[in-house]
Amino acid sequence: MRWLMLLLLLALPAKAEEVVLGLSKDTVSISTNFEGSEILIYGAIKRAEPTPDGPPLQVILTVSGPSQPLTVRRKDRRFGIWVNTQAVEVDAAPSFYAIATSAPWEEVITEVEDLRHRISIPRAIRSVGAPMDVEDAQSFSDAVIRIRIDNGLYQLREGTVELREETLFNTRIAMPANLTEGDYATRIFLTRGGQVISQYQTTIDVRKVGLERWLFTLSRQQPLIYGLMSLAIAIAAGWGASAAFRLLRSG
Amino acid sequence: MQIYLPIAEVSVNAYLLLGLGGMVGVLSGMFGVGGGFLMTPLLFFIGIPPAVAVATEANQIVASSFSGVLAHLRRKTVDLKMGTVLLIGGLVGAALGVLVFNYLKSLGQVDLLVRLCYVVFLGVIGGLMFIESLNALRKTRSGVVPQRKKHNWVHGLPFKMRFRTSGLYISVIPPLIVGVVVGVLAAIMGVGGGFIMVPAMIYLLGMPTKVVVGTSLFQIIFVTGFTTLLHATTNFTVDVVLAVLLLVGGVIGAQVGTVIGARLKAEQLRILLAIMVLAVCGKLALDLLIMPSELFTIGVGGH
Repeated sequence: MRWLMLLLLLALPAKAEEVVLGLSKDTVSISTNFEGSEILIYGAIKRAEPTPDGPPLQVILTVSGPSQPLTVRRKDRRFGIWVNTQAVEVDAAPSFYAIATSAPWEEVITEVEDLRHRISIPRAIRSVGAPMDVEDAQSFSDAVIRIRIDNGLYQLREGTVELREETLFNTRIAMPANLTEGDYATRIFLTRGGQVISQYQTTIDVRKVGLERWLFTLSRQQPLIYGLMSLAIAIAAGWGASAAFRLLRSG
Repeated sequence: MQIYLPIAEVSVNAYLLLGLGGMVGVLSGMFGVGGGFLMTPLLFFIGIPPAVAVATEANQIVASSFSGVLAHLRRKTVDLKMGTVLLIGGLVGAALGVLVFNYLKSLGQVDLLVRLCYVVFLGVIGGLMFIESLNALRKTRSGVVPQRKKHNWVHGLPFKMRFRTSGLYISVIPPLIVGVVVGVLAAIMGVGGGFIMVPAMIYLLGMPTKVVVGTSLFQIIFVTGFTTLLHATTNFTVDVVLAVLLLVGGVIGAQVGTVIGARLKAEQLRILLAIMVLAVCGKLALDLLIMPSELFTIGVGGH
């Protein structure tokens, strides 16, 4: 009995199928003319043995921006006008979240595995609990998802991962222009029959560069100098344009 | 051409910003209002975060008012003495306004307060100006010279001072109070406050309309400059790239506006301003009354 167990353990390595990943770029530079970015993510699945039988291999890929706490407010009619009445705090919600899959959602992962790995958009948002007096707290996190999907910040793109021969895969993730700086966690899950069999994680660095970087740093580290500089630029431009206009009229 | 704003962290069309700046600049030059009451809501509509819009708008108003005030200084239509008195009140008011703003922010009702302030102030002032200037226009048409009331309760107060440029001999208390009120509103509403100050100077202090515009611009520059510094050092929300784009359009617009303003009659100027103030007021009031398409709003950060 014991030797049979040992044989089984040897026959099943820790990971039968592993991901080897490539990114078209691992840094996104936000410069003055930044209009959003598209990242090509490609990879291969490494195997020590032939492709196992059974349900087909599926790939899920997620890219998530830095998480922030949010306050979600709901308006209600009070005295004839629409006023913020109830507020729910969401402990952490990613500023950007994109999911790409190789097949429709129900085919790639089960509910239990989604819950464990926090893959789907609702699972990626963490909300500990709403105050007792708020009814229907779920509608608040639903609102975060709805608003951010409308802004292109949250994306669920089913069937956009191209998978060839259960070995090579590639997809594109479109990042909008209104990105927040930070480390964007990129996760890849391999599933069979809805079960995660392997995962891989890397980060995409989203950074401001050049003038953007300089202004941002100055405004945080030397706010008084930054403020005075902003005023000086404003006044110089105001005076300059006034002088130019006068010259134009007299000349 | 899209441009990424470093502090606002959004990408917007540069020509759209230039156009908005130019349009508001024309109004600034014509009426002596900073244009903030129009620009701040417009910036919200194009997706600039409200905190950044309010702070950056203060910076932009400095620039557009600066070129405007230079034009008025050359025409000698600035009452520097009156401007200084208003300014002292304005700085005190701006500091008070920031305190009030932070208190209401902790209550989570700052948006509503700002909107209500807009609706109430714009509605009352726009309405009063519209009726008054309509009457004035009718009287000039029928050939009757309008008579300005030479004495009201303002003239009974102590600490009198002579303001030569305005041709006034009045107490410093009313201008100081006007300055404080405008300063508070500048900090809370993210506006220069010209749309409050101009009518207050005309109807309350009895200043001549020609001097009112330049003098209010003079006061606005320093109050909004002070507000810009407050925002830059406490909230880090002044976006200089956004400000520069707005003001490039704005300074040119202000010059055009000053020329147009000099050609129009005072009553016509006032009735145009009144119509515009009422239009903005109506839009904001409708937003409060009509059920919004999205009942939820997301604010970054806890509380």
